[in-house]
Amino acid sequence: MSTESDAILAQEHPIAPFLRMDRMPHIWCPTCGIGTVVKCFATALDEAKVDLDKVAITSGIGCTGRVAGYMNLDAFHATHGRAIPFATGLKLGRPELEVVVFSGDGDLTGIGGNHFIHAARRNMDMLVILVNNFIYGMTGGQNAPTTPETARSSTMPFGNFERPFNLPHLAASCGASFVARWTCLHIRRLTKTIRTALNRKGFRFIEVIAPCPTLYSRLNRLGSGLDLVKFYHDNSEIKHGADTRELDIAFQDRFICGNFIDEERPTFLDMMHAHYTEILGDRYVPMSPEGGWLHE
Amino acid sequence: MKADPTGVLTGVHYLDGDYACGEGAMAAGCRFVAGYPITPSTEVVERISQRFPMMGGTFIQMEDELASMAAVAGAAWTGSKTMTVTSGPGFSLMMENIGLATMMEAPCVVVNVQRGGPSTGLPTMVGQADMMQARWGSHGDYELIALCPQSPQEAFDLTIEAFNLSETWRVPVMFMMDECVGHMTEKVVIPAADEIDVVPRKLTDKKPGDYKPYEVNGKPVPEMVRAGDGYRFHTTGLTHDERGYPVMSVECQSVSVKRLMDKIRLNADQIVRYEEEEIEGADVVVVAYGITARVTRAGIDMARAKGIKVGFMRLIVVWPFPETRIRELAGQVKAFVMPEINYGQMVLELERCAGGKATTTLVPHGGGGVHDPADICKAIEEAAK
Repeated sequence: MSTESDAILAQEHPIAPFLRMDRMPHIWCPTCGIGTVVKCFATALDEAKVDLDKVAITSGIGCTGRVAGYMNLDAFHATHGRAIPFATGLKLGRPELEVVVFSGDGDLTGIGGNHFIHAARRNMDMLVILVNNFIYGMTGGQNAPTTPETARSSTMPFGNFERPFNLPHLAASCGASFVARWTCLHIRRLTKTIRTALNRKGFRFIEVIAPCPTLYSRLNRLGSGLDLVKFYHDNSEIKHGADTRELDIAFQDRFICGNFIDEERPTFLDMMHAHYTEILGDRYVPMSPEGGWLHE
Repeated sequence: MKADPTGVLTGVHYLDGDYACGEGAMAAGCRFVAGYPITPSTEVVERISQRFPMMGGTFIQMEDELASMAAVAGAAWTGSKTMTVTSGPGFSLMMENIGLATMMEAPCVVVNVQRGGPSTGLPTMVGQADMMQARWGSHGDYELIALCPQSPQEAFDLTIEAFNLSETWRVPVMFMMDECVGHMTEKVVIPAADEIDVVPRKLTDKKPGDYKPYEVNGKPVPEMVRAGDGYRFHTTGLTHDERGYPVMSVECQSVSVKRLMDKIRLNADQIVRYEEEEIEGADVVVVAYGITARVTRAGIDMARAKGIKVGFMRLIVVWPFPETRIRELAGQVKAFVMPEINYGQMVLELERCAGGKATTTLVPHGGGGVHDPADICKAIEEAAK
């Protein structure tokens, strides 16, 4: 081994301080895209100069549901689909927290779909990073609410005949104040978008398309994760501000990425404070940013 | 410590059990409530949503009971005392995240104003048929605490007790009211704040780096921290080690789940709470809880008028069950009688603890109303023979 590679190996990985290195190696398959999204998130946290002690991250269940457990933050691994309401409790219990939800497509928009639309409707103050691999990975490649029509899954062995969600449109139509979509190929753009979103308020939604080489790709004979990233390279079109109605994803067809919505609108807490202040005046006692905890 | 006066509505009031429960929560220091409307429990959160904005509390009406319970489990990690309120159908939905709160050891209170079931059942009418669900409703092995008030006054007093128990043992506490207690209006005395004992959230003295979320060092309950204080801790619903890290092994499962069981089982004598009347020399002891305890008194009076020696045991904490005391009494009395508004739930536990040393008789009621005291009297007469 050359001295140059020895020197590189001896260095700490730049995002190691953001990870629980005592939990490495992670569980993700070779060429899975989730790790890249984690790298972009950690880089964005670093660049955005966020106070990491005030960041709380919540995941649900599934492959992406393991992200919270690897982040060196206050980290919560909740039940399947319930990361958003769990995070709602964290935010309302201690409003000064920067709350991040990091989970998968099946978790957040299948079993957790109701919570997703209502958190968006309320413009609840949280950043939601959703890794979309078009399939339930951890349980063995079952059909997801995002599986494109005709794509095979282990529970749609003859190809999916259900219409999938257009996630940015779902989030936008329910009231999200920040909506973007990238793939794990778009490392710089994704990092910049996360950094921007960290500096916004309200319900911020970032969909990140990523390969599942072990299940989605194998069931559909799409090659390795690298092959899918090449596909993203050749078939993704960047169109900032695109009409979210145009963001459907067809099986192995061209699709649109970009930052679609970035509007400053009052959050749930902003609305609550403004309303109670107006109606109750001096009688209103807002919860302290530190939370309403009883202590000696 | 003593209660924070901002949440204590000191005075003599005329309140229903639901409102009294809400007042108890606010007096206990609860400042985060998430809920979803369901009869006959909704008045609890209506009371709270009316008063919370004036005391720095936040109520949110979530999209369903799954979300309500998840939000409560999340908010528990901010140091806030948290509560959700429901009835049978919502209680079923909450089971998932009651399990999470049990596994994460997140203190919180879950109020169930019981109505007739199963399924949608009798939305506006009384039941006591969720008692086993309270104990066993979420999957896997766990222990928790459940209380049953018999009056609006107790709905106030015992809600505070429920919060205190949840803080002490770091478990979700089931507050098992029933529609009758929830909707009956009676005198409720709310004492001055400095007369109300509350258990505050105890946080670790350890520094970040030295702290492990599930290290117990021989104590029953681990030390807690809050999100946002720099501990960078991890907690999960997966089986976990002292660090809160998932460990999929027989050994870790055995150690961690056994501790969840033992913290309640080995300390049950500190947690159980009941009242006894005229047990000494009794041939028959009637055991009851909630609204049924009050109806039972009339039945007991009728039996005593007939010359039967009847004792009364009213369960206040129903889970853990007062096993030690029932075993003792089983050796002294001829029979136990248990009226409850179901077809036999807590009576199974009574029968198990009686261990064949005394007979046990259920006085069932299908729900929608309370027992006729004459039926209870009749059961006592039969049992005394």
